[in-house]
Amino acid sequence: MKSTVIIFPGSNCDRDIANALQKYNFQNKMLWHNETELPKTDLVVLPGGFSYGDYLRTGSIAAKSKIITEVIKHSNKGGLVLGICNGFQILIETGLLPGILLRNKKLKFISKDVYVKVTNKNSKYFKEIKQKVLKWHIAHNEGNFFANKNIIKKLQDNDQIALKYCDASGGIKQDSNPNGSIENIAGILNEQKNILGMMPHPERAVNEDIYSNDGKFFFESLLT
Amino acid sequence: MKISVIVTLKKEVLDPQGKVIQQTLNNMGIKNVNEVRQGKYFEIEINEKDPNKAKDSAEDICKKLLTNSIVENYKIIS
Repeated sequence: MKSTVIIFPGSNCDRDIANALQKYNFQNKMLWHNETELPKTDLVVLPGGFSYGDYLRTGSIAAKSKIITEVIKHSNKGGLVLGICNGFQILIETGLLPGILLRNKKLKFISKDVYVKVTNKNSKYFKEIKQKVLKWHIAHNEGNFFANKNIIKKLQDNDQIALKYCDASGGIKQDSNPNGSIENIAGILNEQKNILGMMPHPERAVNEDIYSNDGKFFFESLLT
Repeated sequence: MKISVIVTLKKEVLDPQGKVIQQTLNNMGIKNVNEVRQGKYFEIEINEKDPNKAKDSAEDICKKLLTNSIVENYKIIS
């Protein structure tokens, strides 16, 4: 599978995701945001980081980049688009995904391991994942997902909620919600299920020696 | 001409920063503060002499970049 990682000024997880993609045999290319053409690719990744220093609103400036027009075209043709952390914030600002990511409820930057439950099984991203609960890392200041009741209902009805924060045994409780996200939401899909935005970082969990290998399930599922 | 814009969170959206400011004021002994809402203020120099055209431009700028209409409102104040 061919992948392209877009780099914005202030991206800082671009190499981590490239490393993870290469580890699982994706043919990956890096692309600067000022480019006006995407290489031939199946998957576009908007990586984590602090694009444009989080000026104005997180992801808002990157969402107006030249390459984003091409990313939107790619997604309209059914191409896969994955936004992790700041990438999720950028997807929200482009309007490709609904809702918004507000500041964390307790106003603190959170950097810790969390458990997430896979709540969507029929997208390309998760269909092969057998594990219901994954241990992934989060590191963000604006991950508090919010949307009005109508949007939440639509997300539920269309099976667009991809991941929820949970405890080690998969219980979705208030205690296991790190940032105040509505319905414990950690990641969502678009209606067609080809665009995924999520706050946790699977690319940080691809080496058992460092801390966890739970990212493997995600990349392997994506490959098949 | 110069246009000023204020962007605020919509009433129904929780404003944690405003809440912390309000609590701090209460802790400082200023007890009569019931609510604080924090916003953003922009001064925009628009190359336009006609105030109506400048205002139209400002509207466009607010809608396309300065606000996220899901959670924010804007007010053009001059």
